[in-house]
Amino acid sequence: MALLEIRNVTRRFGSYTAVDNVSIDVEAGEFFTLLGPSGCGKTTLLRMIAGFDLPDSGQILLDGKDMVGIPPEKRPVHTVFQTYALFPHMTVADNIAFPLKMAGKAPQEIKKRVNELLERVHLPNFGNRFPHELSGGQKQRVAFARGLVNRPRLLLLDEPLGALDAKLREEMQIELINLQKEIGITFIFVTHAQDEALALSHRIAVMNRGNVEQIDEPSKIYSAPRNHFVADFIGKISVMNAAVMEAAPSHLKLAIEGLGEVTAPAREGVEVGDRGVLAIRPEQVRISHPSNESQLKNHFRGKVHDFLYVGDVTTYIVELVNGAYIEALLPNSAPGRAKFFEVDDEVTISWRHDAGIFLNDHQ
Amino acid sequence: MIKDGTKEKQLARLLVSGPPLLFLIVFFVAPSLIMILTSFRFPGEFGGLAPVTPPSDKAIGEYGFTSDAYQFFFSDFIYTEIFLKSFAVAFGTTLICLILAYPLAVLIARSRKHLRNLMVLLVILPFASNFLIRIYAWMIILGPESALSHFLNTVLGAFGIAPVTLLFSPFAVLVGMVYVHLPFMVLPLYTNLEKHDLSLLDAAQDLGANAWQRFWRVTWPLSLPGVFSGSALVFIPVLGMFAVPDILGGTGDILIGNLIKDQFLGTRDWPFGSALSIMLTMAVLSIAGLTTWFARSATGQRAI
Amino acid sequence: MKRGNLWLWSAAVLVYAFLYIPLIIVVLYSFNDSRLNAEWVGFTLFWYKALFNNTEMLLAARNSLVIALCASFCATLLGTMSGLAIHRYKLKVLPVLVFTPVAMPEILLGVSILLFFLQVLNFTLGMVSIIIAHTTFCIGFVAIIVRARLQGMDESIFEAARDLGASPWQTFRLVTLPLIMPAVVAGALMSFTLSIDDFVITFFTKGVGEPILPIQIYTMIKVAVTPEVNAISTLLMLLTLVMIIIAARLESNGSSEGNAKPHTAE
Repeated sequence: MALLEIRNVTRRFGSYTAVDNVSIDVEAGEFFTLLGPSGCGKTTLLRMIAGFDLPDSGQILLDGKDMVGIPPEKRPVHTVFQTYALFPHMTVADNIAFPLKMAGKAPQEIKKRVNELLERVHLPNFGNRFPHELSGGQKQRVAFARGLVNRPRLLLLDEPLGALDAKLREEMQIELINLQKEIGITFIFVTHAQDEALALSHRIAVMNRGNVEQIDEPSKIYSAPRNHFVADFIGKISVMNAAVMEAAPSHLKLAIEGLGEVTAPAREGVEVGDRGVLAIRPEQVRISHPSNESQLKNHFRGKVHDFLYVGDVTTYIVELVNGAYIEALLPNSAPGRAKFFEVDDEVTISWRHDAGIFLNDHQ
Repeated sequence: MIKDGTKEKQLARLLVSGPPLLFLIVFFVAPSLIMILTSFRFPGEFGGLAPVTPPSDKAIGEYGFTSDAYQFFFSDFIYTEIFLKSFAVAFGTTLICLILAYPLAVLIARSRKHLRNLMVLLVILPFASNFLIRIYAWMIILGPESALSHFLNTVLGAFGIAPVTLLFSPFAVLVGMVYVHLPFMVLPLYTNLEKHDLSLLDAAQDLGANAWQRFWRVTWPLSLPGVFSGSALVFIPVLGMFAVPDILGGTGDILIGNLIKDQFLGTRDWPFGSALSIMLTMAVLSIAGLTTWFARSATGQRAI
Repeated sequence: MKRGNLWLWSAAVLVYAFLYIPLIIVVLYSFNDSRLNAEWVGFTLFWYKALFNNTEMLLAARNSLVIALCASFCATLLGTMSGLAIHRYKLKVLPVLVFTPVAMPEILLGVSILLFFLQVLNFTLGMVSIIIAHTTFCIGFVAIIVRARLQGMDESIFEAARDLGASPWQTFRLVTLPLIMPAVVAGALMSFTLSIDDFVITFFTKGVGEPILPIQIYTMIKVAVTPEVNAISTLLMLLTLVMIIIAARLESNGSSEGNAKPHTAE
């Protein structure tokens, strides 16, 4: 039995459906992420798990018991809020002690646990400080400590890293992973940042407009997106219209308009004549001088339209003969040479026969 | 917010909003309704109200409901004149307050934080003194034995003009009204001006606007919501004020407020007093409505 | 910009002078050894002594104090509830009822309460009617202050308390109340000041019984002006000055506890 079972939960606001018949199982000890753009329903779902909102239909079962109707203070579920929500009139220690006081724990126990958690989040002497004296990252850690100190069955995190700058964010991401591993509490993390989701999670549920598009491990979400939305939302991707010419158990043969024949990895449920797109990640696309003979199965001529240099890699946007644009990633490993190609250069674009993925139109 | 619908939530809502609601219904709504009702009654023989039903079949006099009080208002132009005078005084006061308050508000808004708080406090402090004291102070200053009067009359005398009395005149009333209400204009103005993005002025200057143009085309339009708020906060109280004309004004300077006061504590003609109050209320509501409408259309956004 | 500043500063100084000179004159002449407020004769505390021997005045002061204490207590209680309710729930009627007495000319409230007491309740006007009238218009001020305080706070704090195990009552007692306390106290002080100073509403609702301070002052001004009026004015100014400074201190202390809304990522 999964720790948390969300069964056919729907929530509407007037004529707008925020969560549409969603079912998700979260296993104990998981770092589970709800990922999606603004308005996809992930925060609404989180609030229903916490108890701040009630589903219009469906059940939310924790350890097999339906939580719907139980007020937030009686649920063994705690939340880390986006704005941290630390009590400004209480010290850091009192903030962390709060859930223990509410649970009626003895003062010695409270003191012990508060100090334990302060150590764990690397803020050992901060007990007597007030929230307004802390930096963003420190407030963050106090919020984590407060949510974990009472050992809830579930910790919900609502975009907690959103207000941090890039470097601090990365540091906190690593801390978060370690924290979760050490303590072993199940996390449900909400974010719209797909790189964050891929880095932190055991499993991700990609949501869009109230629906769950795909639930999978990060690597599968990235390499085998189930449909257009997931493919487009996660990472960068190039798409080209294609029709299926041949569908064998080991490979697919696609006809790309104006370009020619392309070999792609096999996919279940695909039939000859199906129309859709070939989706391929920039790192799977090689870019080279036209003079070099390409070893790869799929290769075509093109012209550099633009490029984006970001220090470690350069992404080239290449226009193919059929007018479609494809992105190719090239590491800038050679020292002293900032770029290899210029705009309007003629180049050869190629990729492996098992690279990319075919997505049917009706997915 | 926790979703409505749980019994607990509804109970909390009732407990928190109930008592004030009850109190205000009894001591604000009910009295207002009574006042409306009273304006449609007949005045009693010895003041107060005549009963609705006659005490006996043979009783003489008028009973029941009537619109007499309102008709009485229109029967003599002097009442309308007083109303118009009150509007004029309110308008004049508002204008003068605006002119005096604006530069001060600009200065406060542009000052550094600590200086700003001090300046605001200094504006509020006179407001802390008793309302009557502020009026009384002008009795001293404008009185016939005061230094100001002596000085003024000496100067006028030098030009061969007869001495004037500053006190107990429309001038004194106006000064009193401005003095009492000035802080109410400063605060909303400053609150608005503080939020202005100063880089807009730099941009205007960069594009060739001189000081006056910068003010007229950038600062003034952006300050309109504050101007309207402040104006409403001055205009409305002035309309109903009676203490200033009562203390600083002469017998011919009475305004609506004085008229209403006389009906209740002087002649005891309650229906007429109530009718006047209702008319004042209508005037106030119209002004408030107009102000909100003007503010919205002038700035294309909610003013308050 | 510098030239413009000179104009602004001159205008500002003039306005401040306009605001303060009359009050300074009142205070000054309270120490003047002369019946007339015309020219300075000499320093004396005679008028203050006369004040303290004026039993009517002392009684009026006592009454005003009692009224102010009662009215500010009731207004603070009801006003805080109103501020909380208006902020938290989407109410339509209460905001109108709470804020209208603040916006309307005081004379309307005074007159309508007079009618209500005499006509409907058949209740003699006196201390009780004054207290009720003062409470009615002070509720709005307290509500405004409390609500402004709540609006400046991060809403998630209250949800966090519930989330971490606090019942609604515990949330109010341990989180909400401490955080709005500065505003509640500021509201109480404001109500006290407004009540002590109120003239118009008191004028209509006092009836013919007890003397009340502002009315005493009014009578003195209209009937027999002596510098005793200056003396009582000076004392009152001192009192309200102290109240306002305390209230201002409390407001700024409360907001330094980092209550400003934190910025969110989106």
